Amino acid sequence: MGLKPALTGIAYLAGKGISLKRRGLINLEAKKKMNGQHPTTDGGRRTWVKERPVIELVDVSCGYDHSPVFEKVDLNIYQGQFAGIVGPTGSGKTTLLKVILGLVKPLHGTVTVLGQPVQGKAPPFIGYVPQLESVDWDFPVTVEQVVMMGRYREMGILPWPNSRDRRLVSELLERLGLTAYAKRQIRNLSGGQQQRVFLARALIGNPKLILLDEPTAGVDLKTQHDILHLLTEVNLKGVTILLTTHDLNAIAAHLPWVICFNQRVIAQGAPEEIFTTEVLRQTYNSEMMVIKQGPLTLIANSALVLKSHE
Amino acid sequence: MEFLLHPFQYEFFRRGLLAALLAGGLCGLIGVYIVLRRMSYIGHGLSHAVFGGAVISYVLSLNFYVGAALWGFLAALVINEVTRRRKIGADAAIGVVTTASFAMGVALISRARKFTRNFEAALFGNILGVTSTDLVVILIVTLFAAMGIFFFYKQLLFSTFDEEVARVYGVPTRRVNTLFSLILAAAIIASMQVMGVTLIAAAIVTPAITARLLTDSFSKLVGLSILLGSLTAVVGMYLSYYLDIASGASIVLFASLVFSGVLGYSSFRSPSQKVVPRSVSKRASELLEDL
Repeated sequence: MGLKPALTGIAYLAGKGISLKRRGLINLEAKKKMNGQHPTTDGGRRTWVKERPVIELVDVSCGYDHSPVFEKVDLNIYQGQFAGIVGPTGSGKTTLLKVILGLVKPLHGTVTVLGQPVQGKAPPFIGYVPQLESVDWDFPVTVEQVVMMGRYREMGILPWPNSRDRRLVSELLERLGLTAYAKRQIRNLSGGQQQRVFLARALIGNPKLILLDEPTAGVDLKTQHDILHLLTEVNLKGVTILLTTHDLNAIAAHLPWVICFNQRVIAQGAPEEIFTTEVLRQTYNSEMMVIKQGPLTLIANSALVLKSHE
Repeated sequence: MEFLLHPFQYEFFRRGLLAALLAGGLCGLIGVYIVLRRMSYIGHGLSHAVFGGAVISYVLSLNFYVGAALWGFLAALVINEVTRRRKIGADAAIGVVTTASFAMGVALISRARKFTRNFEAALFGNILGVTSTDLVVILIVTLFAAMGIFFFYKQLLFSTFDEEVARVYGVPTRRVNTLFSLILAAAIIASMQVMGVTLIAAAIVTPAITARLLTDSFSKLVGLSILLGSLTAVVGMYLSYYLDIASGASIVLFASLVFSGVLGYSSFRSPSQKVVPRSVSKRASELLEDL
């Protein structure tokens, strides 16, 4: 992403008052639970609550055909957390999500989600929004039908939905402002609407945890903002959210918690704390400039900046 | 009216027509999933593989259906396994497995020239070849396919649309895929007499893509494809009778004619809208890229 669009993005988001950090209830909640005790620092990594994490990866290694994607990853995501994984293409972000979902078997280590070990099978109460790029947009399904798929776990043995299924779907579509598009084929929607449809499919099953793979890729700034707002609302209702993004400025910088990932967890924490030249250099193998101005953190690719001076 | 009723005096035509009606509907039904799962090449390959099994069962004096079924189910399972490998493209693997099987059938036939004519029927379909046993087999397979697809409608739809996410939501995708492969193999074996192995793939794909041009709704697509499959098969049977051409060829040609008409109509109506199924190889390369 170039510098100029990034700046515009930040200005836009700031102007809309989207300060997810301030809504990052993790801090508040955790403090409450710890009876006013301050969070402890443990080897540079914060540990908040002693309760069981929603996602727990212990010493997880993963790879295809003996070439490792990532190795020895330890990662905990706690109840009510809203976290983003950032890293370059090929850093293993998507594979990390797939390990959590039970779609990819780790070569080594244990994955526990909502207290249950993941063994080639996804645990219940999990919602997943895949990359929009992976969706077959020419598939003959309507918005309604896609959202109904998300009720698979709750639906009875009959091949068709009952009246309760239909009512819940129409209520959710209403809430997301998609009622008018219920009968539309999925290609005939805007990028933002498409993303909302797939978020609706993840939400319809009342998940405790939602995983999203690049939810803001390929959509315009306004839509990015809408999606972040929507996710924040969902998060405020207690749903834990973990997403991947490669967009540092428009997305990651506005999340309450960021995990810098490149074949291992390089750093994690609030973006204003962990977005440092050193962490970003390790994550992206490239020189990045971190500009701090008041509450804003802006990251620029140094190479790009030099070029613009020529 | 006389034109339509005249051939009914012959029992072979009545049997053949009923067989075509059922086989056409059956192919139309599974065709929807074949097209959406981008499996048309698998269907094409599988029908050729089954031919090998049919010849072997003939040589070993086994019952045609038993031999072809064993061979077909085996081929379906092998294809299902092979498509999950990464180093060899699924399309290439299918090409090898099924063509080798077909070649085996051809080799055996050329060794023993005396039963060449029987296999012309198996290759291109023959209205005269339909016995009452064939009819019963088609009926049973049609019922099996219809029930399987009815009871696993949700699972099939979800895993066809988005297999990974379906797995996340607890759809037993491997079992669903296996069931579907079995339905496909059974349908191909059952329709062999009417359509002929070399023409089955078209009989499966054409009604589904024709229907796809006409609707965006999945349930309508299924209904329309079954209807088109049956209808083109019945008309094809009459063409076969009056023009004295192989039934498989007449059915496929008529179905293609209908498809061309609908394609012309839909591109006239909305020239920008293109709904052309991508090939299996494209899908395979996408899967590779994903990893």
